[in-house]
Amino acid sequence: MSSALNAAERGARLAFGNVSVRYPGRTQRALDHVSVVAEPGKMTAVVGPNGSGKSTLVRTLLRRVPLESGQVTVGGVDVASLDARELARRIAIVPQREEPVLPLRVEEFVALGRHARRSAFGGMSDDDRAAVASAVDRAGIGDAIGRRTDTLSGGEWQRVRIARALAQAAPVLVLDEPTTFLDIAHEMAVFELLDELASQGQTVLLVSHQLNLVARFATHIVLLHRGTVAAAGDAASVMRGEILERVYEWPLVVTRDPAVGAPALLPLRGSGRSRERPST
Amino acid sequence: MLLLAVVILGLSIGAVPIATRDVLDALRGIGDPSTIAIVRDLRAPRVLLAALVGAGLASSGGALQGTLRNPLAEPYLLGVSGGAAVGAVTAMAVGVVQPALITLCAFVGAAIATVVVTAIARVVGGSADTKLLLMAGVVVGAFANAAILVALADAPPERLRGALFWMMGSAADATWPAVARCAGALLVLGGILVWRARDLDVLSLGDEPAAALGVDVDRVSRQMFLVASWLAAATVAAAGLIGFVGLVVPNIARALGARQHRPMLLMSALYGAVLLVAADLLARTLRAPADLPLGAVTALVGVPFFLLRLRRLTA
Repeated sequence: MSSALNAAERGARLAFGNVSVRYPGRTQRALDHVSVVAEPGKMTAVVGPNGSGKSTLVRTLLRRVPLESGQVTVGGVDVASLDARELARRIAIVPQREEPVLPLRVEEFVALGRHARRSAFGGMSDDDRAAVASAVDRAGIGDAIGRRTDTLSGGEWQRVRIARALAQAAPVLVLDEPTTFLDIAHEMAVFELLDELASQGQTVLLVSHQLNLVARFATHIVLLHRGTVAAAGDAASVMRGEILERVYEWPLVVTRDPAVGAPALLPLRGSGRSRERPST
Repeated sequence: MLLLAVVILGLSIGAVPIATRDVLDALRGIGDPSTIAIVRDLRAPRVLLAALVGAGLASSGGALQGTLRNPLAEPYLLGVSGGAAVGAVTAMAVGVVQPALITLCAFVGAAIATVVVTAIARVVGGSADTKLLLMAGVVVGAFANAAILVALADAPPERLRGALFWMMGSAADATWPAVARCAGALLVLGGILVWRARDLDVLSLGDEPAAALGVDVDRVSRQMFLVASWLAAATVAAAGLIGFVGLVVPNIARALGARQHRPMLLMSALYGAVLLVAADLLARTLRAPADLPLGAVTALVGVPFFLLRLRRLTA
């Protein structure tokens, strides 16, 4: 791996400062003065119920929504001052949903991560090839090389998308619910991969529904509720019964994750009555 | 090779059949003067124009399919070609005679049609849904045909080409200047599409993935749409409305293994040229001595293809 690549992969601070977003035609803000900071070398997680503003936060990075107020900076630079290519070199984003529309081979798809660093003509440079190879290696998709993306399983597809983001060699990696639809083994593999990337110095910002895994892996957790920050801090300070019950509007109990001792959540009610009845 | 073969066939077959050897001689200016005249002044421009129009329509369709993420997109079905024809007809009806100016008016017509079609789709669907876009395109195309008929109702036939030419297309009136103009448009506009092909790869992934990979989605889509429309407009100004080439050919190129847009566009241009030269050959010979409209031949091939593709898309 070239040294230029290593330098690019060192993390940069990603900071949302007092960000407010209001979608056209809505009275309530999707985000209301939200501040989130993702530090290099750490996994920061944004959690919250559906509609709490998690994905909107990611969309402000894609600049698909206008900011009503506030500022987003990466490495101290205002995101609004960057053009699309400059932004893609600093922040790699794995959006929530994506279908394999082009019948590309896995390596061709991952190479699209180099788009913002390549000229329109001309092949891949040595740096490009090294970045793609490293991304494929780190995402653990070496076996899928040569296959077409429209033949991959859900777990492979998700990791191939992460590999594409890694090929961007951006100091900041942002993922919007990367483990939706994944089974336990694939979900754990993604979390372990992100954990490892963070430990290598990358800034990792993760939007997730998986509170228990977030509590286990993330260094810093931000809990969103109706567009505002309901709680922020380490797992112990966010994963508290009274806060989560209020935000998720469901009775629950916080216990201990037996694997690592992190706080873990169990929803209450719903006794599973149907199991006690003989099936007809 | 295939292109060369159909071009030679196109030069040989016609009202006066000419042997391949005599065609090659005539191109070099050897042999019977009337044969030379037929090959050089009548058939060569016609065959070349058909090839260029086919290449232009196919690459325009390929680029539109990538931009709109819809394998059924093409300039004719999107109403872009219809708008171009109305633009050209309007220009000629008010007395414009410079071909370059007519092409420009065709482009303006195509641009207006594009705006109208996207506006209809947006108003009806709330967002730019590509299925609605196609539906709006067909409606605008029908309106364009009606407008052409009305505009040309009292046109002097010796000054203006007939409504049938515009609505169904033809390469019959090809001249060398028209060939040169079409070649220029294909080189420049097709060149831009090929040059920006990787942007199309990224765009076709979807708005958010494309933005994440460093493409300014709205701006680049608009640019690609405009360049593809202009290319379609140039073909319309040269040969009228010819549908389905832009639909069929890129899909064939993809089926033949062109995964990315650059090889797909280049392959489309080549096969588009082959297809339209062959179609023109059919137009001249199928019911000779009648010269069928070129657009009629492509529609006869294209509509069944469209239905098959639609079925696979919705299955």
